[in-house]
Amino acid sequence: MNFDFSDEQKQMRDAARKFLAEKCPPKAVRAVLDGKASYDKELWKGLAEMGFLGVAIPEAFGGAGAGHLELCVIAEEIGRALAPVPFSSTVYLAAEALLLAGSEAQKRKWLPKIASGEAIGTLALFEGKGNPSPKAIKLQASGGTLNGVKKPVPDGAVADFAIVAARTGSSGRDSDISLFLVDLKAGGVEVKSLTNIDPTRGQAELTFKNAKAEPLGTAGEGWGLLTQVLDRAAVLLAFEQVGGSDRALEMGRDYALDRIAFGRPIGSFQAVKHMLADMYVSATLARSNCYYGAWALSTNAAELPEAAASARISATQAFQHCSKNNIQVHGGMGFTWEFDCHMYYRRANATALSLGSLSYWEDQLIDRMRQKNAA
Amino acid sequence: MNFDDTPQEAAFRAEARAWISANAPKQYEDELRKSSLGRTALKGADILAVAKAWQKKKADAGWACLHWPKEYGGRGATPIERVIWQQEEGPFGKLSGMFIIGHGMCGPTMMAFAGEQEKRKYLPPLASGEKVWCQLFSEPAGGSDVAGLRTRAERKGDGWIVNGQKIWTSGAHYSDYGILLTRTDPDVAKHKGLTMFFLDMKSPGVEVRPIKQANGQSDFNEVYFTDVKIPDSQRLGAVNDGWNVSLTTLMNERMSIGAGVSTGFPELFEFCNSLMLEDGPAIEDRNVRARLADWAVKASGLKYTSMRAISALSKGERPGPENSIGKLVAGSMVQEVAMYALDLQGAAGALSGPDDAEVAGKFQAMLLRAPGTRVEGGTDEIMRNIIAERVLGLPGDIRVDKDVPFNKIPTRGRA
Repeated sequence: MNFDFSDEQKQMRDAARKFLAEKCPPKAVRAVLDGKASYDKELWKGLAEMGFLGVAIPEAFGGAGAGHLELCVIAEEIGRALAPVPFSSTVYLAAEALLLAGSEAQKRKWLPKIASGEAIGTLALFEGKGNPSPKAIKLQASGGTLNGVKKPVPDGAVADFAIVAARTGSSGRDSDISLFLVDLKAGGVEVKSLTNIDPTRGQAELTFKNAKAEPLGTAGEGWGLLTQVLDRAAVLLAFEQVGGSDRALEMGRDYALDRIAFGRPIGSFQAVKHMLADMYVSATLARSNCYYGAWALSTNAAELPEAAASARISATQAFQHCSKNNIQVHGGMGFTWEFDCHMYYRRANATALSLGSLSYWEDQLIDRMRQKNAA
Repeated sequence: MNFDDTPQEAAFRAEARAWISANAPKQYEDELRKSSLGRTALKGADILAVAKAWQKKKADAGWACLHWPKEYGGRGATPIERVIWQQEEGPFGKLSGMFIIGHGMCGPTMMAFAGEQEKRKYLPPLASGEKVWCQLFSEPAGGSDVAGLRTRAERKGDGWIVNGQKIWTSGAHYSDYGILLTRTDPDVAKHKGLTMFFLDMKSPGVEVRPIKQANGQSDFNEVYFTDVKIPDSQRLGAVNDGWNVSLTTLMNERMSIGAGVSTGFPELFEFCNSLMLEDGPAIEDRNVRARLADWAVKASGLKYTSMRAISALSKGERPGPENSIGKLVAGSMVQEVAMYALDLQGAAGALSGPDDAEVAGKFQAMLLRAPGTRVEGGTDEIMRNIIAERVLGLPGDIRVDKDVPFNKIPTRGRA
């Protein structure tokens, strides 16, 4: 048994960590947080040059053709550094949807541009409040055009194209839903940036008015495809969450070692030590669940739906737990704009919602465990 | 990343599986599989006798104490082979409960500190289960602070005389031998005046009294020592170096990977799959699903954490510190799970008789046994200190009694 990443994969993780430590220090995250840019364009270019954007894209489509385990280790580092780039929307959602369902021509057109950093992609799924559900999709597709509103759309304001979930039937069944690919620069789409709790990852409202759209995958199979895309993205995003959890834990640990109160480092007080120990427990459980998700993703195992939900829930809980208690360990300083703690807290809580919230994934996990039991 | 055995591991697994299939006491398999925390008894059979017979059978065929050297009754197997054996032994592994302390703690301590003659004499019957060992560390005045123990060993001629009291000794009532931590010098700081021995539990002056636990069962004991004679040849390690010797013992306690800690989750999931609430099946209730999912990811997180440790073993590496979370997570989880299983039954959840209670009272027994799991073998708080200090590198507590002679340390909080 080798339930671990290979030495080559660990070297790739180290390379990504080194690169991001240099190109994406907290100062770079703050530039986007403060609204000086919509995302870090230099960093995006650098990630492309390092081959990280296309690491799981086959060589035939301009990628590195490495695989999803390699993408997992990079995702962890993206999360640890809070990289303010449209990585998750482009790489986990758009690229995965294209790889799963795209035609040869669609793949040829968009995947090389993703790998080279020329195109930003996203998935337009949500229409206001609520979790992923075929019933919640009202946006209409007919005659090759789309009409309706999607929000929130991650990185929607900077995206060049979007995979859009649309209604193509009215039977009340899942087969009413189909996926489309829309070139957002081709007209017919109004884009509005939305304020959100984590400005380092933008959100937008997209209004489609007779926007030209090409089908992605077979008509009527949109919901099944979406479920698969969300599962794959859940594992990858969970690695970002684990990277963020680890960093928040380290920040808390380091501060507890340095900060003196009552004549001793606060890390010598059991109330603080135990809080940090519990953070370590959460982060460790999440990492282990994520490894299982990585295995299932990379082997396209039948266990992927259950593994993805477990990784998603566990990593969401860990990042929320570690980021909020990192602030608590820092005391008053943790609640200042100047300290970086809130950037992790913002990212943790925004990420917790982005593919559907915790309660949605908890529900999914139980369904999937029951299905396995019944099988 | 894969879950596959290496060819050597696969061959070992096949051999173990075949032997277990041909030799295990299959008549108890179902009962053992269904047993859970607070309930490991066999109907119509003495579980100790069944356990001893299984252990002897394993020893005769070379399947006992796999990681021990052959000359001491083991197999000389690799750590990963030991884990594979545990996986294959499955529910029959629950029969090893009475040997865990002896095999996991006393044996390794003897191996590290006893003389060669003693090792050859005492270890093989320990491995085969013919002799059962216990560990006599905790005292009324020294639980988490075990170095605060007060049982005295005083030199007399070429031996020692022991007086005092131990508590929470698992299995002392059926043990043949024990390892015993004593105070030999009360005039120096508490860690510096301890000495370790092993002794025959049938020695004159040893009195074992079972403790009636909060759940009504008796797994632990008080052990009283009145002028008990121990020859110096049964001393383990140097005089007054007992603290270092005990660290070897405790380190081995925490190395038990793959032994599997009970979380109660599989039982709860199965229960919720069949339970009907007022509005329909429990498993379709939103609240139930949310609680189940939270526990499911803790249970799977523990499972895959131990897989990571096993992988390290498989590669011949030392497992990382991740495994230290197992007992902490499982201990409080099994308690919460039991409470929730009762909650789902409403007022009837309080009924614990096998005829009235759901699943024959399994969760009621679990509930009443659970508080012990958060205390035994290191309390939740001690486990958190260990993680904080050894894994995260946070400073140790300020120890006000560190440089104080033991006999000057206050013994009561309120005068």
